[in-house]
Amino acid sequence: MSRPDRLEVALYHRLGDFTIDIAFRTDSGATALFGPSGSGKTTVLHAIAGLLRPERGRIVFDGRVMLDTASSVFVQPYRREVGYVFQDARLFPHLTVRQNLLFGRFFAHRQRRRNGGMTLENVVGLLGIDHILSRRPVNLSGGERQRVAIGRALLAEPCMLLMDEPLAALDAARKAEILPVLERLRDVSRVPILYVSHDVSEVSRIANNVIMMENGRAGERWQS
Amino acid sequence: MQADWLTSEEWTAVRLSLLVASTAVAASLPFGMLLAYLLARGRFYGKTLLDTVVHLPLILPPVVTGYLLLLSFGRKAPIGAFLADNFGIVFSFRWTGAALACAVMGFPFMVRAIRLSIEAVDRKLEAAALTLGASPPFVFIAVTLPLILPGIIAGMVLSFAKSMGEFGATITFVSNIPGETQTLPSAIYTFTQVPGGDAGAMRLTLISIAISMAALIGSEMLARFVGRHVSS
Repeated sequence: MSRPDRLEVALYHRLGDFTIDIAFRTDSGATALFGPSGSGKTTVLHAIAGLLRPERGRIVFDGRVMLDTASSVFVQPYRREVGYVFQDARLFPHLTVRQNLLFGRFFAHRQRRRNGGMTLENVVGLLGIDHILSRRPVNLSGGERQRVAIGRALLAEPCMLLMDEPLAALDAARKAEILPVLERLRDVSRVPILYVSHDVSEVSRIANNVIMMENGRAGERWQS
Repeated sequence: MQADWLTSEEWTAVRLSLLVASTAVAASLPFGMLLAYLLARGRFYGKTLLDTVVHLPLILPPVVTGYLLLLSFGRKAPIGAFLADNFGIVFSFRWTGAALACAVMGFPFMVRAIRLSIEAVDRKLEAAALTLGASPPFVFIAVTLPLILPGIIAGMVLSFAKSMGEFGATITFVSNIPGETQTLPSAIYTFTQVPGGDAGAMRLTLISIAISMAALIGSEMLARFVGRHVSS
């Protein structure tokens, strides 16, 4: 089954004496950006989300140009509709879990929302977080926080989901608890996922495609 | 309501002080927030100079600040004349002038407290809000503002306390007119200058202490309540 490429990324950016120079394409499903720490994976995600403005680059998703430095196109991050699950969850401390989950809802793409998007009930059920809805982030475990962060990104109805080592801060037991959730998410939701990790076992379970990264460059890729 | 253990003149000074201090805090808050934000987040030429100017009232003798206000906001002074002719706002020898003097004297405290709280905000949370579709103004309202609320409250209380105690700049700028510009400290000072004024001075001193403590305790309770809701 070959679908047209959905995400095209070409980036060139220097950070001190570290240079990112990478180009890759992905299609639907889950793609892993895999490589050792410090290989520039997070920088690539930041550029796709619009949190970083690269020196040169072009990012196109589903035909929509998000960034093209050659023609001075830069879509602001809040208009990109890209869901981002950060390594450190980044839940809003002054809001309850329910309010955190619904934060992006207010701005979510109306059309997609009407066309059978995710509801709070779907997401809460999928992630198994119905018992913590009225709690505050400070009272959550690391695994619960990460699940809420995933739910918050999903409920904003993103056109793509970026996940930056969502399991890195968790112990083995918590990882084992969330990995099945991510697999279910990949199978249930139609949102393509770009998953950053340096853990082979995670990548092999979650990703259909793998892009190797080292020293800011893309190496070989394979399809599982 | 009028307590009969105060003379009407004393009572006027108390009411005037509260009015002047509240006005000073309310009027300077928008400017204080703007400057705190600029100093915390802004990157521009002359930032150090702006920071210094904001802090000047803290280190100048209050009489100097008052005299500078007189030179710029007096009836015949450039800014004062402009405001009076175009907007009908007169500061000199009015309670509004006392409020202006208090606002200026309390400004460094207000800006400092708010600035520190803005610098303490985790900017990663703001980035997260951006990726969820919130535009920068909404990020400020929904994320930044609630997180800096304790700092804003602290800044308001400090500015209020400073205003309640302000004496030098006020008396230099707008004099000591009972019922118009005679705030608590000026009234106490006046009592100490006349024979037999000790009792009045003591009464006003006690009131002054009571108001300051009430403001401090009230803000502490408010800050604790807010802190419970925004702490991470």
